[in-house]
Amino acid sequence: MTLDEILASLFPNGRDVKNQRGVLFGSGTLRSGEQALVIGVSDRTPLGVDEAARLSRYVLSSVESGKGPIVVVVDSDSQRMSKRDELLGLNEYLAHLAKCLLYADLNGRPTIGILYGHTAAGAFLATAMATRVLVGLPGADPVVMDLPSMSKVTKLSIEVLEAKAKSTPVFAPGLQNLSQMGAVHTVWDTSRPLVDQLEAVLRETTDARDRRDELGKQRGGRTKAADIAERVHDLALHTL
Amino acid sequence: MSVAHVDRQLPGETRAASSWYEASARERVRLLLDAGSFQEFIGPEARETSPHLRVFDLPEQFDDGIIVGCGKLDGSPVFVAAQEGRFMGGAFGEVHGAKLTGLLRAARDVKSAPVLLLLDTGGVRLQEANAGELAIAEIMRAVIEARSAGVKVIGLIGGRSGCYGGGGLIAGCCSALVVSEQGRIAVSGPEVIETNRGVEEFDSRDRALVWRTMGGKSRWLIGGADAFADDTVGDFRKAALKLLSSTADFGLDTLKAEQSRLEERLQSFGECPDALDIWRTEGVSDPRSIPALPADQFIALGDKIRRTSRDAR
Repeated sequence: MTLDEILASLFPNGRDVKNQRGVLFGSGTLRSGEQALVIGVSDRTPLGVDEAARLSRYVLSSVESGKGPIVVVVDSDSQRMSKRDELLGLNEYLAHLAKCLLYADLNGRPTIGILYGHTAAGAFLATAMATRVLVGLPGADPVVMDLPSMSKVTKLSIEVLEAKAKSTPVFAPGLQNLSQMGAVHTVWDTSRPLVDQLEAVLRETTDARDRRDELGKQRGGRTKAADIAERVHDLALHTL
Repeated sequence: MSVAHVDRQLPGETRAASSWYEASARERVRLLLDAGSFQEFIGPEARETSPHLRVFDLPEQFDDGIIVGCGKLDGSPVFVAAQEGRFMGGAFGEVHGAKLTGLLRAARDVKSAPVLLLLDTGGVRLQEANAGELAIAEIMRAVIEARSAGVKVIGLIGGRSGCYGGGGLIAGCCSALVVSEQGRIAVSGPEVIETNRGVEEFDSRDRALVWRTMGGKSRWLIGGADAFADDTVGDFRKAALKLLSSTADFGLDTLKAEQSRLEERLQSFGECPDALDIWRTEGVSDPRSIPALPADQFIALGDKIRRTSRDAR
């Protein structure tokens, strides 16, 4: 599905979303008449300091004066890899965007990520992964890091990495593997209206508790994370 | 000299003489906190290792490269987590990350004890990339939940592996950061930028370029960290105590102040091609002298030109 088709299927009652050089700002009307804020990254645009600051400004102004859910649609590159972005402190800009989304979610503005294309690394963390519920559309291809960079960092050849990727879900890119980990809550059926599926998600997720580790355990993708986190949590409460 | 006297005196002296950069994660925790106060949760004796490293024929570590627990700092209870930058580059894997997530969720529920986060990390552990990336997302959320409950989360950065990738985003979620000259903070590491964009964009072998672009001095000067520490455990402890008493609570006003701070930085320095140009624009008359300045002289210079209002995060 193209971005326009996705937005039309999400908000058949009306929408106004501007695409400013790969960064999305706007709103859509839910069936209840309530407005959802829409932000995002499209056209596989890298997320750098400038894009992140524009997005966070938009979220903050809505948190201050608006209401309703926040929908984050993503087809991005990774964070912008450049000297300028790092010089200016890209980590702060990405963290700030994530914080604005997390703050919104914890303060009555449920956040729904919709991953419809690519995303990677820091851009993934600052947008789709900073939401309460992350939905994938068929064909989305999230990765943690591109293979040439992985090869550089791990000192393993691209051939070895490609072979491992076929057999190891915890390592390999892709929607299916991230679903198994608990990162992607659900994959929508694009033959049905997305508005129905969006409204179902909004109805079903009534609190902001992070259940991704439990989901990863149920799905067999992360067998240890939920238990370790819970054990540390309980030990800490009893010891301090 | 009595034994008790030695016990009282030694920590301070040892702290002052111990390099943060050279110390292991365990040494940092032992020396940072009040003597003998640290209690670890799921320590190495529990042998909760990564289930994923064997796929790559890599050795495991019994604590998976992170120590989490509680102790006292100047008599007050604190939670503490310390990454071991010498194991897998301090990178976040499933178990490693889950220990920190659990600690932060406990801090959120306890509300009364701050968290000291001794970051020393290359980011996601790529051999378990999906679990590591997700762990970082869970940690970021848990930091903001803890801060929303009134907990201060102080990041301490000055280790061998710096604070890269998702580690840089976690740092950006903390209430306040202490950094030393050795503490590099960035998202994309030098090799990753060079691999993707070419050596003309970033020469990862130019160490001076790496340090002045991502190193602690530049981060503190432009507001990317709140306190600058000399490379000793004692200095990190002093800075952490100071930040614990001075850092404001987290809320919408914090985020609005940070938005202004970050936009102002883009306006002031957005066209600067190099850290030297940023420092010159910032008011440093001889920016080339910055990398060699000893910590005390550097802090004195920085205090003259920095504005504290820049530090909202």
